[in-house]
Amino acid sequence: MTVYANPGTDGAVFSYKPRYDHFIGGEYVAPAKGQYFENPTPVTGQNFTEIARGTAEDIDRAVDAGWKAFDAWGKTSVAERAVILNKIADRMEENLELLAVAETWENGKPVRETLNADIPLAIDHFRYFAGAIRAQEGGISELNNDTVAYHFHEPLGVVGQIIPWNFPILMAVWKLAPALAAGNCIVLKPAEQTPASIHVWLDLVKDLLPAGVLNIVNGFGIEAGAPLASHPRIRKIAFTGETTTGRLIMQYASENLIPVTLELGGKSPNVFFADVADEKDSFYDSALEGFTFFALNQGEVCTCPSRALVDASIYDGFVGDALERVKLVKQGNPLDTDTMIGAQASNDQLEKILSYMDIGKQEGAKLLIGGERSDLGGELSGGYYVQPTVFEGDNSMRIFQEEIFGPVLALTKFNGYDEAIEIANDTLYGLGAGVWSRSGTQLYRAGRAIQAGRVWSNTYHQYPAHAAFGGYKQSGIGRENHRMMLDHYQQTKNLLVSYANKAQGFF
Amino acid sequence: MSPRVEVTGAAADMLRHLTTTYGPLMFHQSGGCCDGSSPMCYPVGMFRTGGSDVLLQTLEIEGLDPIEFYMSASQYEYWKYTHLTVDLVDGRGSGFSVEAPEGKRFMIRSRLLTDGELEEYGVEARA
Repeated sequence: MTVYANPGTDGAVFSYKPRYDHFIGGEYVAPAKGQYFENPTPVTGQNFTEIARGTAEDIDRAVDAGWKAFDAWGKTSVAERAVILNKIADRMEENLELLAVAETWENGKPVRETLNADIPLAIDHFRYFAGAIRAQEGGISELNNDTVAYHFHEPLGVVGQIIPWNFPILMAVWKLAPALAAGNCIVLKPAEQTPASIHVWLDLVKDLLPAGVLNIVNGFGIEAGAPLASHPRIRKIAFTGETTTGRLIMQYASENLIPVTLELGGKSPNVFFADVADEKDSFYDSALEGFTFFALNQGEVCTCPSRALVDASIYDGFVGDALERVKLVKQGNPLDTDTMIGAQASNDQLEKILSYMDIGKQEGAKLLIGGERSDLGGELSGGYYVQPTVFEGDNSMRIFQEEIFGPVLALTKFNGYDEAIEIANDTLYGLGAGVWSRSGTQLYRAGRAIQAGRVWSNTYHQYPAHAAFGGYKQSGIGRENHRMMLDHYQQTKNLLVSYANKAQGFF
Repeated sequence: MSPRVEVTGAAADMLRHLTTTYGPLMFHQSGGCCDGSSPMCYPVGMFRTGGSDVLLQTLEIEGLDPIEFYMSASQYEYWKYTHLTVDLVDGRGSGFSVEAPEGKRFMIRSRLLTDGELEEYGVEARA
């Protein structure tokens, strides 16, 4: 067990600077309007740094810097870009502990997650796209003996990226790595809830990127996000967040006729078929962990398995065992490596979760465990902690249909395969899903029948760079991760060439 | 008709304050990830509503133009049994909603509609 010292105190592996400006054109610059906002840690609720409050003027300046850099950056060889991405990964690996503590302090998630998931995944993401871009090939179509169509991949230009607060570094890297690999320049706006840890990462790697290739403008959605998304000189906008803002982003993109990728969340079903309980073996144990995964990252995951569907024939026994597992989830100081669940990322997030617990009770859902805010005492009393909570109810209830984005599980039962699929698909969203069964056939059929972009089968919450991630239905448009993500950051150039040296005969 | 959406005093005060900067305002209830499930407040004209939206309520707040409160029709199907109150809490960030820079956040509190209210709104009671 290790308990990291709070950043900024004696013995800390890392301390934040008192202030972060915008990073534009390869240097830190003050915001045009000179304003800053405070950034609190959800661990204690105390402010720990201040952040530039960006506006349209700053976004303009960043887009200009991006275009200035693009001519040269877009023409670098894929080998050069891959080397840079690999160097970024190496720097991150050398500073893994520092990055993990920085992200935990800013977001409130347990350091065991940042040490073992967020940061290692981000590192691997850079390495994956370094490899993918070098392995990518264009195409040649021989149309006839004299005519050839060549297809080239070209970068889009300057792209906008708006990052969520639940994985401040990993979600940024999901968007950065493919965009950089493909040769684009970037204007990135971090979430206003978690604007600082990306600058800790930037401090480590900024000398590796030519000036203007990556620009980071901080600020609020209305003041900096909207000017970025609606900017007439960006060639693409990528957003992770909620549906109303997603629509607004598409609205802006329609005005500028640019492509969008959107990842807008879900209400992911986690389906446990009857044969899960055939034996109390290591598979059964993995399914119990699968049930408990709703608490990972305090439930602040777009693919949180927030609906558990359990076959009625095993319901009482399986749920009993699963609740025992939930009781073992250790809540505490996020900087303690033994802590499994930390703080919600912000006060408003905490308030929203509590309001959903209230409506759950009003709608008649039965509280099986948790259901309250946690007071962990001492300096942690000011933090935003919620008990892992399980409600039993019906899929038509609001807690079964809305993304609470907290450690709140909505549990129900089903009778047989058909009803399982019906309930699983009775949702506006389709981002993730889980299926647990000892039968390969059942696993395959269910996985194909559930309308979601990713169906984890006998596992959950794995996020490798080499697997496509994205939503069906209202969960969004496009995919992240996987080599196919390069397509979202590339233009196709077709050269249609005649080697005939003679007229076609029309005129 | 009794209102399906109301605002608390704190939320009304914030709306008055924001109107001085942004002019007339409207709400669109969000769903989904991160800042989802929250009411987003925009200057009128910024967010385009359409055939896929339901106008749930026109909020009358003293001293302000009427504030329309929308929700997507698909989301409404799950929300139609509840009365909503727009409250204001301390917070940081909420998509492009205009209150965020104030260090505040609009938030929905809900209660179940009574049988009388369901009848009044023509909503069939849940099985």
